[in-house]
Amino acid sequence: MSNDGSDSLVQLLTPEGERREHPVYRCDLDDQAIRGLYRDLVLTRRIDTEATALQRQGELGIWASNLGQEAAQIGSGRALRGQDHAFPTYREHGVAWCRGVDPLRLLGLFRGVDQGGWDPRETNFHLYTIVIGAQTLHATGYAMGIQRDGAVGTGDAERDAAVVAYFGDGATSQGDVNEAFIWASVLNAPVVFFCQNNQWAISEPMERQSRIPLFQRAQGFGFPGVQVDGNDVLACHAVTTAALQRARDGQGPTLVEAFTYRMGAHTTSDDPTRYQLREDLEHWKLKDPIARLKAYLIRGGLIEEAFLTELAAESDAIAQRLREGCLSMPDPDVLDIFDQVYAEQTTELAQQKEQYAAYLSSFDTSPEGAPA
Amino acid sequence: MTQLTLAKALTHGLRKAMEADPKVLIMGEDVGKLGGVFRVTDGLQKDFGEDRVIDTPLAESGILGTAVGLALRGYRPVCEIQFDGFVYPAYDQIVSQVAKMHFRSLGKLAMPIVIRIPFGGGIGAVEHHSESPEAQFAHTAGLKVVACANPTDAYWMVQQAIASDDPVVFLEPKRRYWEKADVDESAAPAPLHSSRVVREGTDVTVLAYGPMVKTALEAAIAAGEERTSVEVVDLRTLSPLDMDPVLASVRKTGRVVVVHEAVVNLGMGAELAARISEAAFYALEAPVLRVGGFDTPYPPSRMEEEYLPDLDRVLDAVDRALAY
Repeated sequence: MSNDGSDSLVQLLTPEGERREHPVYRCDLDDQAIRGLYRDLVLTRRIDTEATALQRQGELGIWASNLGQEAAQIGSGRALRGQDHAFPTYREHGVAWCRGVDPLRLLGLFRGVDQGGWDPRETNFHLYTIVIGAQTLHATGYAMGIQRDGAVGTGDAERDAAVVAYFGDGATSQGDVNEAFIWASVLNAPVVFFCQNNQWAISEPMERQSRIPLFQRAQGFGFPGVQVDGNDVLACHAVTTAALQRARDGQGPTLVEAFTYRMGAHTTSDDPTRYQLREDLEHWKLKDPIARLKAYLIRGGLIEEAFLTELAAESDAIAQRLREGCLSMPDPDVLDIFDQVYAEQTTELAQQKEQYAAYLSSFDTSPEGAPA
Repeated sequence: MTQLTLAKALTHGLRKAMEADPKVLIMGEDVGKLGGVFRVTDGLQKDFGEDRVIDTPLAESGILGTAVGLALRGYRPVCEIQFDGFVYPAYDQIVSQVAKMHFRSLGKLAMPIVIRIPFGGGIGAVEHHSESPEAQFAHTAGLKVVACANPTDAYWMVQQAIASDDPVVFLEPKRRYWEKADVDESAAPAPLHSSRVVREGTDVTVLAYGPMVKTALEAAIAAGEERTSVEVVDLRTLSPLDMDPVLASVRKTGRVVVVHEAVVNLGMGAELAARISEAAFYALEAPVLRVGGFDTPYPPSRMEEEYLPDLDRVLDAVDRALAY
């Protein structure tokens, strides 16, 4: 058995930064767009690095690093159109970036200030879902809504929409993910299941989740599965673009398995040295998504020193903004939580809020705050 | 005024809601061509089409999980869980996703989802078909929980639940599906989250909801024959509770018996007893007593008449309350 499925892996850019042709998938991006992807990759990694540092300094409770998975996230994220909708796990910081979510908003969740401070209606990027795989059903239901809105298969590029559901290799063992596959299949829902197989579910390797390459599972559910080099941003973009278009055209779901590797810990609370082999990490370092695109761009003369200098400065500026923004993030007011439970407030919760406010004010000894 | 069974009153209510709002969808197992195993959705797919009355794959988590996505897209899904005991595969989606979405989005995302569950026993069914899971949902912040007890409430409450922007667990007393009553489709209904005195009395208050309202009323009539005046309150809403009518009744009678089919341990009766003792301690002449299912799994149906509270067990509790 082989889980790397190397025979069928779609790759358009080798780890050495050389372009490859593929009989089905091709990169239709111009040089400017490819430079844009490089910028996305670099900035995404910088956001991740800064967030990890903030956690180490006690400013975040926890952080789930996406180190090594930037190409899978940027390649797929940049394949989305404005009207498409994405349902992430808690690790899709690169996709969030593509959807225009302020990275500072991501930090709010990990700092414990809120549970997702961005507006999914504005960004078409749903809140992070922490229960593994639950969001694949949300994505499928959302896609059913798109069908009912008549926004599939009209041929109008501005109107037809699709949904992408992100999840990992561990999630493929969840019932919800398998149910989502069935629903999307029999209802022909316009959804792309984008699995980042980073080969680890905290400490459990791929072998504990599946005896066959994950993309092959799709066949049993009745829709196509594609395995793509998850560290190749061009291939991830091409494969996702095709899968999304297929969905928008009304041809139903696709499973994309982006074969990659989790270069960091599961989260900052994890210690991967207890289960990961150093040799594996060294092996995957050679496949780094950013290094290979940089090699390609430099070798082809597509970027100059000035571009890299500017990008480094932009990167520093984002890091600084994140750091300052994180440190100055106001703590939430506990009295607000009573108002956020229901759309239509209940009398009993309003009373509970009132009672707790009165309790709090009983400690206030200032003249204005003296208890009534 | 039309005479309708409780099941048919629900059908009428669902039809009204679907006519009023094109975003209302019905989804569940066998709800389309068959009209549901209890025929509550009978004829709706024929009239509203397969896109609005969806026969789903046989997967309860899938029903609720996709309902979340549909709600996020602007739809108002009404999910049918075929039987109470089959709601648990959807428990994670209900408790972790549906219930929390409004909260975790800081109020940006509403979940106007109705989860219809035929609940309770008394129909001679095999296991997993007679359960009363209401306390589990009432215990979950973010959900609202209601139970109808008669055809008129069934007709109105299902429409009100669908119109609510919050997720509502809508409990239907399955053993009362076939009971008929006049339904006035023109009279303005009481608010969804309100409790109601359904029989006035002065000696003991009996609190009930869903299938036990009828049992409580029968007990009140029997008690009346022995010159004990029992007031019956149909709670109707279990989360939030509507305590005002309950407390008004307690202050009048000083004695309370709570009746439900669900097991007594940590059931609705426990919450009601606590709230009553906190709010009306000095009005009480006796401890709040509870009559419910035993703290066992629901038994084989040959024993269910003994497991379920009946007229005699309610009267026994009324007598015990009066003995203090």
